[in-house]
Amino acid sequence: MSPVNLLLAVGARSLRLVESLGHAAVFFRELVRHTPAALRRFDLSVAQIYAIGNLSLVIIIMSGAAVGGVLALQAYYALDRYGAAESVGLLVALSLLRELGPVLTALLFAGRAGTSLTAEIGLMKAGEQLAAMEMMAVDPRSRVLAPRFIAGIVSMPLLSAIFSAVGVTAAYAIAVKLIGIDSAAFWSQMQDGVDVFKDVGNGLVKTIVFGIASTFVALYMGYESEATPEGVAQATTGTVVISSVTVLILDFLLTSLMFSTRP
Amino acid sequence: MEKSDNLVQIDHVTFGYDRRRAVLTDMSMRFPRGSVVAIMGSSGCGKTTLLRLIGGVVRPQSGTILFDREPVDPSDIEHLFALRRRLGMLFQFGALFTDLTVFENVAFPLREHTDLPESMIRDIVLMKLNAVGLRGAAALRIAEVSGGMARRIALGRAIALDPELIMYDEPFAGLDPISLGVTANLIRRLNDATGATSIVVSHDVDECFHICDYAYLISSGRIAGEGTAQQLRASDDPEVRQFILGEPDGPVHFHYPAQPLDQELGLTR
Repeated sequence: MSPVNLLLAVGARSLRLVESLGHAAVFFRELVRHTPAALRRFDLSVAQIYAIGNLSLVIIIMSGAAVGGVLALQAYYALDRYGAAESVGLLVALSLLRELGPVLTALLFAGRAGTSLTAEIGLMKAGEQLAAMEMMAVDPRSRVLAPRFIAGIVSMPLLSAIFSAVGVTAAYAIAVKLIGIDSAAFWSQMQDGVDVFKDVGNGLVKTIVFGIASTFVALYMGYESEATPEGVAQATTGTVVISSVTVLILDFLLTSLMFSTRP
Repeated sequence: MEKSDNLVQIDHVTFGYDRRRAVLTDMSMRFPRGSVVAIMGSSGCGKTTLLRLIGGVVRPQSGTILFDREPVDPSDIEHLFALRRRLGMLFQFGALFTDLTVFENVAFPLREHTDLPESMIRDIVLMKLNAVGLRGAAALRIAEVSGGMARRIALGRAIALDPELIMYDEPFAGLDPISLGVTANLIRRLNDATGATSIVVSHDVDECFHICDYAYLISSGRIAGEGTAQQLRASDDPEVRQFILGEPDGPVHFHYPAQPLDQELGLTR
């Protein structure tokens, strides 16, 4: 490829990227603009909270238990070397509340609920259901998209809390019941070391941000998908990839801001 | 304000999805109140685009579209939605909401746009379903109904608010002969019973001629012919005759433009 053609290709690609980002920003603005109308019909959001949140409980609980158990084991092997095995509870709790709870919940959410949202919106668009709604003078942004957006933002913190709680419980089972660490030490170290604002609060902020990002990506990918089986398939794959990368980047930025070592 | 004789009026409209190519060129059409008007033409000629223009989904590059003497303006959302509450549209494959039952689909516009109590909504929905012969199917899920039934449910939903204008996008496509006859009959009966105006977009000549008062034939983005069924059948315009008689070749060519076959196969230089 000649240098001129390469430059043209790069330029065209860049322009398409900027156009896509602008389009996504407009879509986000419209979602936010229609959220108050959707809140006035909260029954629609409740139905979506069930579909997105409740139906994700099984995978969240199973994953939380597995992660909590593995954390407890790995933490014990490392801490026991320095005679600090009784801090397993504290280490597990801080890891889950600050990082693993919000991030893993968001990644699982993208894989389960995000793909479901993308496929649903994409197929509704392909089946002209959204167009039919518009022709019936019902704005699909208020009726369909905004309730799912609200549901994602509400569900994410709740799922993350459940993930962390189950993880701590699993860690207790491994550390205290299996390994034999003192139960009182397990809980008291956790109580002394976990700060409700710095650790729980910041974790909550992360989950809300991740909820906004993941749900927005899922809805946008579904809404912009091509009305073909391949288009919907590509959109669901894109949801997982883009949501995951976005969550990880946002996690890095938020962690840098929240848990800076500087006074 | 006096009601116009024409519920919908299209004047010198030109439209293209891409600025480089116009799908419709200088189109002017009239849709009198209480009539059934057919818009016919081959696939891709712009028939569905006309419905999208009337419904305010897209804006013409030039020309005007009037609904009951008011211009259709896609940029004025409030006015546009007020207009859409006065019309009903039947999409080609129904566009039913697959997460709702038959009853809930027909009740949808009533629940969204009225404050009627559920008991009254129930009565209205059952009457609409009765009008399309599907009152017994009210509890079925959409996945359980056939294609013909889906079309009729969509029709029931389109008339739920007793619209002044009903637009049908390919209502006969893919139907068996019985369903075809039932659908055509329903369109005419509902139009006459409710006093509505109907626009039927289709390429099914026989069924359209059977039920319509007037018809437009679209070809290459312009009106190739118009008139009553008798007038169109008697037309000696080549494009009209090719479409009405279903001739494979004529002004609308069978072959997509390409170089000569023997040249493409390398048989001649």
